[in-house]
Amino acid sequence: MAQLRPQSTLARIFLLFVLLPHSSLTMAQAIDITDWPALEQQARGETVYFNAWGGEPRINSYLSWVGETLNQRFGINLQHVKVADIGEAVSKIVAERQAGNDTNGSIDLLWINGENFAALKENKLLFGPWAEEQPNFSLVNANRFPEMREDFTVPTDGLESPWTRAQLVFYHDSQWLAEPPQTIAAILDWSTSNPGEFTYPRPPAFLGSTFLKQAVLELSNKDPALFAPVTDNEFQRVTASLWDYLNALHPTLLRAGRYFPSSAAELRRLMGDGDISLALAFNPNEALLSVRTGELPESVRTYVLQGGTIGNVSFLAIPYNAQHKAAAMITANFLLSIEAQARASDPDHMGSTTVISIEDLDADTRWQFDVERSELAAATPEELSRKLQEPHPSWTPALERAWVQRYSAR
Amino acid sequence: MLRWASHSLIYLLAAPILLGTFIASLPAFGYFPPLGSTEFSLDAWRDLVEVPGLTRSVLISLISGVLTPLVSLALVFLYLASATGSRLDLWIRRLVSPLLSFPHAAAAFGLAFLIAPSGLLSRIISPELTGWDRPPDLLIVNDTWGLSLLFGLIVKEVPFLLLMSLAALPQLQPRHRIEVARTLGYRPTIAWLKVIAPSLYPLVRLPVIAVIVFASATVDVALILGPTLPPTLSVRVLSWFNDPDLNLRFLAAAGSLLQLGTSLLAVVIWLALEKLFGLLWRFWLATGNRHTGERLAFAIGRSAMPIVLMVITGSLLALVSNAFAGPWRYPSTLPSSWTIQHWANSLSDLSTPLFNTVLISVSSTLLALIIVVAILESERQSSKARSAPSWLLYLPLLIPQLVFLFGIIVATEFAGWQANLSLVIFGHLLFVLPYVFLSLSEAYRQLDPRWTQVASTLGASQLKSFWRIRIPLLLAPCLTAVAIGMAISISLFLPTQLLGAGRITTITSEAVALTSGANRNLISVWALVQLSLPILGFMMALFIPKFIWRNRSGMIETQ
Repeated sequence: MAQLRPQSTLARIFLLFVLLPHSSLTMAQAIDITDWPALEQQARGETVYFNAWGGEPRINSYLSWVGETLNQRFGINLQHVKVADIGEAVSKIVAERQAGNDTNGSIDLLWINGENFAALKENKLLFGPWAEEQPNFSLVNANRFPEMREDFTVPTDGLESPWTRAQLVFYHDSQWLAEPPQTIAAILDWSTSNPGEFTYPRPPAFLGSTFLKQAVLELSNKDPALFAPVTDNEFQRVTASLWDYLNALHPTLLRAGRYFPSSAAELRRLMGDGDISLALAFNPNEALLSVRTGELPESVRTYVLQGGTIGNVSFLAIPYNAQHKAAAMITANFLLSIEAQARASDPDHMGSTTVISIEDLDADTRWQFDVERSELAAATPEELSRKLQEPHPSWTPALERAWVQRYSAR
Repeated sequence: MLRWASHSLIYLLAAPILLGTFIASLPAFGYFPPLGSTEFSLDAWRDLVEVPGLTRSVLISLISGVLTPLVSLALVFLYLASATGSRLDLWIRRLVSPLLSFPHAAAAFGLAFLIAPSGLLSRIISPELTGWDRPPDLLIVNDTWGLSLLFGLIVKEVPFLLLMSLAALPQLQPRHRIEVARTLGYRPTIAWLKVIAPSLYPLVRLPVIAVIVFASATVDVALILGPTLPPTLSVRVLSWFNDPDLNLRFLAAAGSLLQLGTSLLAVVIWLALEKLFGLLWRFWLATGNRHTGERLAFAIGRSAMPIVLMVITGSLLALVSNAFAGPWRYPSTLPSSWTIQHWANSLSDLSTPLFNTVLISVSSTLLALIIVVAILESERQSSKARSAPSWLLYLPLLIPQLVFLFGIIVATEFAGWQANLSLVIFGHLLFVLPYVFLSLSEAYRQLDPRWTQVASTLGASQLKSFWRIRIPLLLAPCLTAVAIGMAISISLFLPTQLLGAGRITTITSEAVALTSGANRNLISVWALVQLSLPILGFMMALFIPKFIWRNRSGMIETQ
């Protein structure tokens, strides 16, 4: 617990350094975010360096399509900077801040949420507010879906634009496991009698962290403290049952808990190879998509735990020192368009879940989002409506550190 | 003039490394103005000591740092002792350069796909021999004590040390020495170990130390094969650097100094071992023993290299089969269908990185070659035995990359430099240069000075004898050095990623970005592309001299 320090002192010191150059800077850019046609004019010929996780080929080829379209329509050159962990991009912005590079940042747009957004926002390293000025922002119907304005309970304040939804789902290979466990507690019982059949990515890999959050939400019965900034005392109290649970669970996992996969994709590979029979994903369509490509056997089925699972929205943000803010905003607005969102939710392309409020669309456009779900591998919409809210973002690093502290060296 | 230029070049190249290390180490003692911390403190070190499993991380880094060169060098020497001149040797010599070009990350993936519980080996023997219809629950890859990491590093470093030995060997005129020893009654293997090994070792000492530093601080191989709970020190330091929590910057800085210390300690342990082996050798030489141990040495030496070869071939097979595999359920030995879909999917993404890779590796290697030849030539003309500061060139190999690259980033940003291609080429040059120097310097220094003297007595100028005598005589070592330099450049990840701000992509940086997605098929495609490039380089290094000297068989033999 020694590592669980409040970050406010640091943030205050940081403010001193950031505010001075920052305030004079936004003016110097001469960007009028309300005048969209002027922005489009300004964006023409600019290159957008879009830092986004590059580990999923489907997403990469979707972004290639986005780049071509943007080039044709707006004369914008989109460069997908593939990062292994978006934390690298956050570090990069911090490093540029350290070096006094306040106007020529190397990142124009990033795909983030949760603690990465919280860190950037807290340190005033983001440009904006701009997101709600986008012509396409109304499509998400933020009044009906407050999660479009709230990133892990932290208000987005127009600093980021919704891009895609995610929800934790579990999937199992029905060849080896016919009746999968329906609660976090049931997973332990099942795993105890079937050792070596389950594992989860090691935190701080985001899927692993999400598993911890899911477990702590269920085990603590959604303790209200989880939705406020974490404190030492609350952390001790709320997570006690989690550690008991994990202490019992780990010896029953794959490799007796001496090894955890590094990512969602590695977990998927373990499933594809038959190492395990129960796994989890943060894209509800992941199993469906992987069955189509042959990565997973056709006997794989997706489901949502009885009490619901964590769902969140991930966003696009622009660093305070981005060089091509106009083009970045045009890009974000395009990514939020019906056309781009429909293609993103098409399992033949990216296969994600849209942030657009489909019910608000008229029938002529709505059909574009009708996904032909393979009956077997996909979770049902009813199941996916069982959503739990993300805890406050401060819980994520706290849980991750505590996990590392306890389980990373034994 | 030449001397002055080459000296200032060396300092110019060493400066960013030393400066980078210095800048990166400031936060370790609490000095980090951008985070408002201007007072020196030891907090970061206190945090570091409290990091769980730190001892284990350091220990694993140490173990792989010492055992990798020890085992690799032993295998290489025993091989050379037992197989020189044999038919096996002819094969191996032809293969060693292409083998070396297997990039670390690609080799590690291939090995992982080979030996994992669901890997190619297990599929071949299952279910017939094992009865497994699902992969066994065994911790092979990423094992707790880093044995598969060690294995992967050894498989990768054996070809490197072998190539370095082969490059240095001709200067010792091994055939004559062995002949003398054999007339005194020594068995061939024993003769090699007693007569050649003691003089060869000093010539490969620097490569060995580079192996120590690399093995103790590697990031990519450790990420793929190394332990995870806890990972090696280098992997942890990188993750602290990348952590969005700014507090961890101080910890990362302290950790990188600890990494520096760990690598140095590994070197110190090695130097102690060196002393010990020196004593043992002297004792063993003095016994005048001519036969004992020959069979064992012969058996190990003759079998080690084929085993290494088989492992590498197996890894390659694992990559190839995954790159073309359709659905492939365990325990099928072969995929249920073959497809070029993975290649088709990657084709459009390949062109830019491919172009960058070639551009960066060719320009950094050619620059390095010019600099190295200039340094060696000035060293020769100044008639001093060795120019003092040339060891500075080895700094990038003696200081873990991680430590100074971060400092260089901050420094370049202070200077207001944008990430651009020339910065990346410069970064690659820092790493390529020592390898080019390593592989060329001994051949250059050992070149019989009488050739030049003869040329001078015939009235040739320095310049003329350089172009007409030394360069032709050294053509093969030069080309080998170029091939090595390009292979190094192609396999670099951290400098490309950090100095190019992720905007300049190479085959390697894209492949490593894919690894977080761990799609075995795509990784295999990229790994195969990655490893085919340096192979082309080595092919050229092998065939160009043969072509140019096709009517001069003596020229080929002297090399």
